[in-house]
Amino acid sequence: MPHIPILAQAATETNEFAKLLVEGLSLGSIYALLAMGFVIIFKATQVLNFAHGALASLGAFLVALFATIWDIPARWMPDAPVWVSWSLAVLIALVAAFGLGMLLERIFIRPMVGEELFAVAIVTLGVDIVVRAITNDFIGTDSRPLGDPWGTQFFDLGWVRLAHTEVAQFAITILLVIGVAWFFRTRTGIAMRATAFDQEAARAQGIAVGRIFSLSWGIGAVLAAVAGVFLSLFPRRPGGLDTQTAFFAFAAFPAIVLGGLDSIVGAVVGGLIIGLAQSYSSLIPWEFLGSGFGGVVPYIVMLIVLLIRPYGLFGTEEIRRV
Amino acid sequence: MRGRPLLYTSYEADQAMLNTTTKRVMAFIFFVFLLAIPLFKVGSIGGGEDPMGALPGPDFLAQDDWLKLLTSVCIFAIAGLGLNILTGLAGQVSLGHAFFMGLGAYVAAVLGMPSGALWGLGLPIWIWLPVAGLIPALVGVLVAPTAVRVRGLYLAIVTLGLVFIGEYLWRNLDFITGGSQSGRSHPEFEVRLWKEEQPLIDFSTEGTWFGVFNLSSEAKTYIFLLLLTVIFIVIAKNLQRTRVGRAFMSIRDRDIAAEVMGVNEFRYKTLAFAISSFFAGVSGALLASFVGRSIPETWILFLSVQIIAIVLIGGAGTVSGTLMGAAFVTLLPRIIRDFTQWMQGVVQSGEGVLASLFDLVLSTGPGDFGLVNTAAGVAPGLGIDQLNLVIYGLLIIGFLIFEPLGLYGIWLRIRNYWKGWPFTY
Repeated sequence: MPHIPILAQAATETNEFAKLLVEGLSLGSIYALLAMGFVIIFKATQVLNFAHGALASLGAFLVALFATIWDIPARWMPDAPVWVSWSLAVLIALVAAFGLGMLLERIFIRPMVGEELFAVAIVTLGVDIVVRAITNDFIGTDSRPLGDPWGTQFFDLGWVRLAHTEVAQFAITILLVIGVAWFFRTRTGIAMRATAFDQEAARAQGIAVGRIFSLSWGIGAVLAAVAGVFLSLFPRRPGGLDTQTAFFAFAAFPAIVLGGLDSIVGAVVGGLIIGLAQSYSSLIPWEFLGSGFGGVVPYIVMLIVLLIRPYGLFGTEEIRRV
Repeated sequence: MRGRPLLYTSYEADQAMLNTTTKRVMAFIFFVFLLAIPLFKVGSIGGGEDPMGALPGPDFLAQDDWLKLLTSVCIFAIAGLGLNILTGLAGQVSLGHAFFMGLGAYVAAVLGMPSGALWGLGLPIWIWLPVAGLIPALVGVLVAPTAVRVRGLYLAIVTLGLVFIGEYLWRNLDFITGGSQSGRSHPEFEVRLWKEEQPLIDFSTEGTWFGVFNLSSEAKTYIFLLLLTVIFIVIAKNLQRTRVGRAFMSIRDRDIAAEVMGVNEFRYKTLAFAISSFFAGVSGALLASFVGRSIPETWILFLSVQIIAIVLIGGAGTVSGTLMGAAFVTLLPRIIRDFTQWMQGVVQSGEGVLASLFDLVLSTGPGDFGLVNTAAGVAPGLGIDQLNLVIYGLLIIGFLIFEPLGLYGIWLRIRNYWKGWPFTY
């Protein structure tokens, strides 16, 4: 073996760096999607949604249900290319997720309007248990493949390898961020912002606050479902969706808190920071940290940031009067 | 003064833990009943070769599996009382209870187990049990400043982080916890003065107490934990009527107002975390010792949620509510299981209206539709564990929506109805 230590090492280091960058961004964009849905729900309804991980898992399961288990709509259109039928299946699943999100809000959260924020948060903890138990029962002990068209292919850029899934994921995340930003400029979006600002005043202006609540849960569920799908795809879980997906989504909480509970920008920035921190933490050479340290890095980053800025990076400081 | 239970002539009487005669009498009767439960079993009283004596009473309670359940009610009651002090009295939301319970359990294991493959000091119970509370209390003091800085919902997520960090620690500190694969064993309930061979009191083997009571190891453990729980109940109940307890409640109701009135927010929040973590640590140590083994995955978020469910279903801020909640939450899975088995029996006998009704609920084979499946992996429908979880979640939601005061609120209404009977108000 030829001996060119310095050059070779430098080369692997850049590759390692770039690989971790891609990994961190891909992880971070999933966190960002989860955090965005969470923040929309929190802004509109003041509800801290512990059930978000369960919503992600539920959404991914819906995709698996339509795309592979029931095989709708591919069974009626055998000639269509995979990506068309799969996109349609995902679309149907997202509509279903939207409906289920609204339904959950209507049944479990609406009766709690006006109650203490803490009590409502615990209600969502209950919703999380119920939704997770049912979803996990449907998923069963095996992994559920989602039938995506990207498979295990890579774009090889020389210095780094990008999975097709990751490219799609970046594109979709960017589209969704733009979409959410645009949504807040539409009439409904402005109504939602008004509701977030003051529910009673919004009501007095003729905004159907209840419908805004439902809508925010629907949107939250859709964003969670998209995140859930990407959580269950190739670079992360080659087998497909399993019962751990809901659990993984808990790691998005640090991202949410980091950015501030009520800031969309914060959600995206927080998600990326947490994703990058988690992926680069594998560079820390200390042996004694043991396995699974990457999993707690988000919480450690969160703790540090919160001690310096108690309302997150972009969160609104609560003004407290006696 | 006789016959006028609500007429108080002194501050002491008004503030007493059991402030009416009825409460005192009922509490005493209930305590004696709980203490006597192991004696309902045939053969539990009397000496000689083949004793047949027993107290008259529901003897299924005295069977070993029910005694075990009642013992875990006691353990979860202690954990619930701890969280009740933090959340119910001081109003600080904490999802981190499982972390403190795990910490307590491992402190107990290190102190109580003889040194072997894992660390251990082999100290007696009167050292390891209190220290298993004190160390978590110290860690609680370290966490508390975050609670002063970070408020409300942010605090809930910070304490959530505590559970995950804890889980990571337990997985990696395998010289203490034994790691995920094997876990570790925990000290048995035995009272020793120091490290002598023969324990003074031994709760983990069968034996005869006072020459007449023949008790199984389960019965002994149950009585030990019942007495321990009573101590913690008295501490928790007493706390509510002290200066500290009132300070907690004032912080819960409005922290700024409390501070204006001279309640030192930092000090009392720290104290609340410390006391609550003490309870959690002790109950964690008891839980691990009672089960005998623990793995790092014992101390996960679900345990925290369970304790929160105990406090909320029971009724936040009330001691008796927390106790009811502990009994309810711990006994529920067993009741669901027994009920499902009973339904299965009725369906199999195939008689009466109930059989066809239950057949709709149960699914027994691949083609049978039903809500609950009794043949796991074959039939559609929820498995019994999943059903437990779903009912659990629905109960938490249901109580919060319909009865925010929890079981305590229901009890209050029943009591007040009979107090005023035959008048409705």
